[in-house]
Order: sequence, then structure tokens, then C-alpha cells
Amino acid sequence: MSVVLSLRQVSKVHGSGGAAVHALRAVDLDVVAGELVAVMGPSGSGKSTLLTIAGTLEEPTTGQVTVCGSDLSTLSADATARLRRRSLGFVFQDLNLLAGLSAVENVALPLELDGMSARPARAAALQVLDELGLTDRAGHYPDDLSGGERQRVAIARAVVGERQLLLADEPTGALDAANGEAVLRMLRAACKRGIAGVMVTHDAQLASWADRVIFIRDGRVVDQTAPSAGPEALLASDPTP
Amino acid sequence: MLTLLSEAPKYGLQLRQEFEARTGEVWPLNVGQVYTTLQRLEREGHVESDDAGRDGAQKRYRLTADGERELHSWLRTPPRAGPPPRDELVMKVQVAIRLTQVDVTEILQAHRRRIVEEMQRYTHLKADAAPEDIGLGLVVDAELFRLEAVVRWLDAADARLRSHPTRPKPSTPAADTSPAADAQDARSTGRTGDRAAGARR
Ligand SMILES: Nc1ncnc2c1ncn2[C@@H]1O[C@H](COP(=O)(O)OP(=O)(O)OP(=O)(O)O)[C@@H](O)[C@H]1O
Ligand SMILES: [Mg+2]
Repeated sequence: MSVVLSLRQVSKVHGSGGAAVHALRAVDLDVVAGELVAVMGPSGSGKSTLLTIAGTLEEPTTGQVTVCGSDLSTLSADATARLRRRSLGFVFQDLNLLAGLSAVENVALPLELDGMSARPARAAALQVLDELGLTDRAGHYPDDLSGGERQRVAIARAVVGERQLLLADEPTGALDAANGEAVLRMLRAACKRGIAGVMVTHDAQLASWADRVIFIRDGRVVDQTAPSAGPEALLASDPTP
Repeated sequence: MLTLLSEAPKYGLQLRQEFEARTGEVWPLNVGQVYTTLQRLEREGHVESDDAGRDGAQKRYRLTADGERELHSWLRTPPRAGPPPRDELVMKVQVAIRLTQVDVTEILQAHRRRIVEEMQRYTHLKADAAPEDIGLGLVVDAELFRLEAVVRWLDAADARLRSHPTRPKPSTPAADTSPAADAQDARSTGRTGDRAAGARR
């Protein structure tokens, strides 16, 4: 399995001197293609910081970040921007869909920014929207969509094209259980197709969709779940009434 | 049982298989439980069987008019409320707080990890099942919400201890080991713990 994201001894300090905040401390993490990893931890533990560093949106104070085989410290700003556009998909809590563009235009945007012409970009966008059950909402503007629909459009935008790494920060926001489950089914399906995914959350139900859950606390990885034992283990461990 | 019999008369073994199929095989039943339940229902006049002569496995049971009424009133009866059972986890954490040589945070995390692992197994079961398998979805969701509540209690306990430490933090030599090694340690102890817990059950 190819390693898509690799963090080596990554630390991040905000500010300096007495006001310095150690958001991450010597974090090591590898995520391979096809794997969905959840990062759980209390508020302020460094989850979002980890994600923005993995997403090339912020640089670590020390340590090495490798995304899709490239050591980020060796890439020019242009090359980093290209990598981000082409290979990374983001689902953040404040979805930042563009209000002036329809759902399908929002989804097609990253492809067009990457040089694809309008027609095939639109076709690809429609196909992803269709997979997410949004065919009849493709022409709607973000303001005319429900919260759950906006969330799905954001996911469509994150997975469209040849993405290799999906980064999600509390991707189900304030969705109800049914919509939250639909969103997680999509993320899991995208990973099953070979994308690597990292999702940060403090919600155990969300995290339990992942293949592996790592726990962070005060910027440190303190624990992680054992590789899945498979559903048979449920029956074995069921206390007999 | 009454629900299954309301569809058609059925044999005991058949009832057991159908019960397990509909609860997504998450709640296994043993043969003994099936027959004690059927005997009780028969005594109470909610079901009747064909042949008094044969033994349990051969008997076919059918719902009586009285059983039908019982089924409809049972569906509307709220589940037992009563006082909550004594919670083993709460007790363990209460005890851990009093033991100076124990790192409570580490204990909370060990439980958190074990529960999240169990939730992963349930969620993956649901994720891989056909969406039209409603029986499985209902049972798995019930377990997931129950387990999630425990994780939330652990998180709340953690936050409570953080804002009001019950005693000065023990100065551990662990401070200079690498976090990766910590995680490794915690993981392996966790697995042994799991096995021990399984054996106890
Ligand atoms: N730009 C910044 N300047 C200074 N401190 C920051 C900055 N960004 C984050 N921090 C601090 O770094 C720490 C980690 O923040 P981060 O946003 O990664 O936490 P989080 O785990 O995502 O929390 P939440 O669950 O509340 O979103 C916090 O103490 C935060 O205050
Ligand atoms: Mg955050």
C-alpha cells in the first residue's frame, strides 16, 4: 500500500516566548491509499492544526511532511499550490461553497482551475453529484440548499477528479443522524476506491467509521485503536444475558 | 416471539432462527431461552401448541386471541425505567481517583479506546450491510448510541478532572519517553485487557 500522507516528528508552535502555544508536539502519522483515519481529541488538542498542516495550508514549525510522495519543504509555492489543487480534497466545517456559483459549478471549479475545459469539468461534476443523490439539486445555489445538501456538495467538490488525499474537519457539522450517516458512507466509499482520508472529530460515532482511530491530547498522539478485528468479534464478546 | 407467531404458527427452532435473523444476529439466543419463554407464554395462555406429546423442538406454536391482545399492549408499554443499574465503569473511575499510584487519564483513555474499537466493529457491520437490512440497522444503532454515551461520559469525566485535579500530577519517568512509545505501550496493554475481559465473561 502506498503511503499518501506522512508526518514525521511534526511540531507546531503558535506565537513565541511566554505566549507560545504548542499546538502539535512531535507527531508521527502515516496514512496509506484506501485507508480512512480518524483523529479524535478534546477541543484545543491540535486536530485542526494537524489537518491544515497535512493540507499544505500551514507549515510545521519543525518536522517533515510528505504528501503524495513529495516532501513539502522541497516544493516551490507554485508546485505546492498545484499539488493542493490536483491531489487534495477538503471538507471543512464552514464549507466555503461559493455563493455566486450553483452546486454543479462549485463542484466543477477545482477541475477548471486545474486546466480542464468547462464541458468535461461539468460532466465530471454532474457525475459525482449524481452519486451523492443530488442530480436534481445541481442547478441550485448554496443558499437554496439544506444544510445536509450543502455538506454533500462540499464532499462532491472534495472528491471530484483524481484526488488522492481527502481531509475532513468535523464533516457532519450539525447534521442529523441520517444525513451524517449518508456523508460518512460517501467518505468511506471514496476511501474504498483508493483515496486516503483523514477526518478529525470529537464525535465517537463519526470516528467509528474509520479503519483506524488515533487519539491526540495536548498536541501529542497518545493512543490509537488496534486494527479491526472484524464483526465476528462482536458475537464472541457479547455478554450472554 | 409473539410478533413472529402473529405471522403464522411456527416451530421452536424456527422461532430462534427468525429472531436472530431479524436482530441482525447481534443478539444471539440459546435454545434454552427460546423454550423457557415459550413455556411461560403457554402457561399464561398467550400461545398454544399442537401436540402435548412431543418434546419442545417438534412442537408447533400458534398465537391465541389473548396473545394477540398481549402483543399490542406490549408494543405500547414503555421499557422498564426503574433505578439505573450500578455502573461498573463509574465505580472503577471513582476508585482510580483515590489511588495515588494510578494515572486516571490513562485509565479513561484505555476505556475510551476499547469502546471506540467496539463501535468501529458495529459501524463497519452496518456500513457493509445492505441498506434495506432494517433489523440490523436498528439493533446496531441502539448499541452505537449506548456506547457513544459512555465515550461522552469519559470525555466529560476527563474535562472535569482537568479543571479540578484531585491531586498533584504524579511526576512520571514517562515524561522523557517518546509519544510513539507511549501509544505502543498503551495499545499492547489494551489488547491484553481485552482478552482478560473476554475470558471473564
Ligand atoms: N493561529 C493561531 N494562533 C495562536 N494559537 C493558535 C492558532 N491556531 C490554533 N491555535 C491554538 O492551538 C491549539 C490547537 O488548536 P486547534 O484548532 O488545532 O484545536 P482543535 O483540536 O481543532 O480544537 P476544536 O475541537 O475546538 O476545533 C489551541 O490551543 C489553539 O488555541
Ligand atoms: Mg478544530
